[in-house]
Amino acid sequence: MNSLGFSDKAVRLLLLGAASMSILIVLLIFLFLGKEAIPFVEQPGLQALLDSRWIPVSFQQARFGLLPLLTGSALITVLATIFTVPVSICGAMYIADLASPLEREILKPFIEILAAIPSVVLGFFGLLVVAPLIKKLFHLPSGLSALTGAVLLALMAVPTVISISEDAIRSVPMAYKKASLALGASQLQTMLRVTVPAALPGIVAAVMLGMGRIIGETMVVLMVTGNAGIITWRPAESVRTMTATIAAEMGEVGFGSIHYSALFWVGLVLLLITFGLNLVAQRVLKKYGMMQ
Amino acid sequence: MVNRWRPQGRFAEVSDTTQTQRAWYDVTSDRMNYSALFILLPLLVLPACRPDQQKAAGPAPPPSTHHAALTIKGSDTMVHLVSSWAEQYMKASPKAQVSVTGGGSGTGFAALINGTTDICAASRPIQTKEIGQAKDKGITPKEIAVARDAIVVIVHPKNPVGTMTMQQAGDIFSGKFSRWSQVGGPSEAIIPLSRESSSGTYVFFQEHVLKKADYTVNARLMPGTSAMAMAVAADETAVGYTGLGYALEMKDSVRMVSIKKTQDAPAVVPSEETVASGAYPISRELYFYTNGEAHGAAKDFVEFCLSATGQQIVRETGYVAVH
Repeated sequence: MNSLGFSDKAVRLLLLGAASMSILIVLLIFLFLGKEAIPFVEQPGLQALLDSRWIPVSFQQARFGLLPLLTGSALITVLATIFTVPVSICGAMYIADLASPLEREILKPFIEILAAIPSVVLGFFGLLVVAPLIKKLFHLPSGLSALTGAVLLALMAVPTVISISEDAIRSVPMAYKKASLALGASQLQTMLRVTVPAALPGIVAAVMLGMGRIIGETMVVLMVTGNAGIITWRPAESVRTMTATIAAEMGEVGFGSIHYSALFWVGLVLLLITFGLNLVAQRVLKKYGMMQ
Repeated sequence: MVNRWRPQGRFAEVSDTTQTQRAWYDVTSDRMNYSALFILLPLLVLPACRPDQQKAAGPAPPPSTHHAALTIKGSDTMVHLVSSWAEQYMKASPKAQVSVTGGGSGTGFAALINGTTDICAASRPIQTKEIGQAKDKGITPKEIAVARDAIVVIVHPKNPVGTMTMQQAGDIFSGKFSRWSQVGGPSEAIIPLSRESSSGTYVFFQEHVLKKADYTVNARLMPGTSAMAMAVAADETAVGYTGLGYALEMKDSVRMVSIKKTQDAPAVVPSEETVASGAYPISRELYFYTNGEAHGAAKDFVEFCLSATGQQIVRETGYVAVH
């Protein structure tokens, strides 16, 4: 009993360690980002992050305002979410409830392939195909705009959102639908008034995960948004996102310089935003009892 | 991370990872542009390497007149070029051992004055002050021009603007001019395209054409030379800049603008000849400095750099040959 108890405990401890790994890693990442970001607090001080321009390399005065980067990321995320949600939910409704088995056999693999396209490939596609198309369609002077980035990011988010929403819709008990149909509701009424509302928390979680993917995506936005640090809400303008800024500048920055710690502040803010997004998603799921 | 060992047991060193990467972004080695970005990501988790950065040279051969060992220190812009030279040179003469270090032209001059490097690589001529310091230490810096670096302004082939002054080019990128009509074109908005701030080309163009002014906030920042050329080829109202070598390769899809140094100066078409003769204004010479006439291994190396093979490497790395 004694020796058995010991090995039991050892295994238990091992499993606990494995399970807590993610907590440890998240903490370490926060710690690491914080450590590299701290020098910025003394020199030039946190108020420098509130500047309205991001000009890290300058002969005049380097400026490290996060505002254009925040609005850039926000604009792209909002636009891409607007494009993603209707398409994904309609697609998920069709695949979950209406599609014949054969249609499902064809549709699902293609959605998964869309999800598997590397973002750098999608970026090249955007640069050569989508950007010129958007330029022509909207008579813009240049196709390198927030709109182009949002369209491509929507392409990346749609598969995630469809798959998870479809699961949510399919997991609505058959009895609900049968009861609704028995009461004389049409198939459309059943879908819109019964099935989708019952699956809503799952759909919300799917959208949140899609947004997480959108806000964290780097390669595509770096390639097609033009990366001009303008504070704007117009989709036709060029924007600079937080992710693109880190990717473009981190490789060249002097270690330990002000610019270096400013980039860690960008990373820290980005991490806090995705952290917050996740917290909200979990709250929603908990509230509707979809998570234990 | 610091040393890149060669299979033959010889090595070329580049003391600072950031310098090597500047070389990739710089100039016109476009195949690297996007793949380099993937290499940036691991840098996020490399702070542990930071203390090593200061130690720099690692097992560098002692800077002496020892027959085969040679140290070259200086300009960040030239690290990529000098490393390529060193690599080929060591392939050609197996006994040689060349170590290449960046740090900036100023650092290179200081090292030359202190006798800690055989050759100083510099992207600017030596200053009077530095000559004085060298004399005090009994060192006589000798200048050798080894290559040229030229940046050209590129526009869409359909853009009617064929010539602009340095001043006009600067005003376009600093945002003073926002319509093509201000430089003799149609009355459409200019879309200025710049490189990312991590590029050496960005800084050189800013210093010499914008006269150290900031780029306009409306400038779209391109992650690489190829992205820049593609965007210019796609947008009729766009204007960008690249190294001469790349612009020549792309001359079917983008057009180079002739540059006037001043209002009254003649317009100069950028080409290898005009850059080599010094007529094209947005260019600079890249130098080697040695203590007195180069001798021994240094002389050998300089001769190799100036040879036909050496100057071919200059063209391949995106610069302009001097011979």
